[in-house]
Amino acid sequence: MPATKRGSLSIRSQDDVVGVRQAVRRAAVDIGLNLIDQTKIVTAASELARNAFVYGRGGEVLIEDLQESGRRGLRLSFEDHGPGIPDIQKAMTDGYTSGTGLGLGLGGAKRLSDEFQIFSEEGAGTRVVITRWKS
Amino acid sequence: MERIPILKLGPFLLVSIQVDMHDRLVLTLQDDLTERIVQTRARGVLIDISGLDMVDSFIGRMLGNIAGMARILDAETVVIGMQPSVAITLVELGLSLPGIRTALNIDRGMDLLRASLEERTEDFSAGNQAG
Ligand SMILES: Nc1ncnc2c1ncn2[C@@H]1O[C@H](COP(=O)(O)OP(=O)(O)O)[C@@H](O)[C@H]1O
Ligand SMILES: [Mg+2]
Repeated sequence: MPATKRGSLSIRSQDDVVGVRQAVRRAAVDIGLNLIDQTKIVTAASELARNAFVYGRGGEVLIEDLQESGRRGLRLSFEDHGPGIPDIQKAMTDGYTSGTGLGLGLGGAKRLSDEFQIFSEEGAGTRVVITRWKS
Repeated sequence: MERIPILKLGPFLLVSIQVDMHDRLVLTLQDDLTERIVQTRARGVLIDISGLDMVDSFIGRMLGNIAGMARILDAETVVIGMQPSVAITLVELGLSLPGIRTALNIDRGMDLLRASLEERTEDFSAGNQAG
């Protein structure tokens, strides 16, 4: 599938999380997502960027444009080299948090995306990839 | 330090969020509002989020916390001007914001607060007469 890199941003502070939201919004507007789909992917990105910062001890996001048989999409890959997630199924459960959150970030990001993949290894880090297609 | 201003409108407080807040600013606003409710003995809080193009679980949690704290302090919270795209996204995120009332604009929000304040005042005086 043809993917074009639009940019990558490091996530090392709370301000970087805001920066990720804004960059994803620009990209979503640019490929022509409607307002609701823009808002969904920006919200998902905010959750995943915060997770990379808070739980992953910082990380980065790669923003790519996708093109497949004429349709366009946006793919976001969040990666960190933090402690990893010991039990992904548990972490994905709505309401589960090991911190002070609402435990809706991972489950919410999945529901707000067309495609969602998560890879994590204890001691090595976490990678979450989400895609939103233009409808 | 960066802060979101809080205005006093008679017995109510109004805060209008116009910037994309980082998490610390969200927590500062939560603390500031709680403190001002105590200080001013406000009976209602209006939070205008018409300037927010997204509400994630962190901001959602703040709105819930403020409403909960306000309730304990006998103040009611109304969230104003939530964009429809934000409301739709919140539902899919899994946040229902129980106990939070919403209104289209500040005028409608004030009407809600005034009506509820009158109701509560009547209940109070009725209770007094009975007791
Ligand atoms: N990047 C990450 N690295 C390590 N653990 C993570 C990461 N992302 C999520 N987690 C774990 O998954 C849990 C659930 O995450 P989430 O659904 O976003 O809820 P919350 O952020 O409110 O805790 C977190 O509490 C944390 O234990
Ligand atoms: Mg989270």
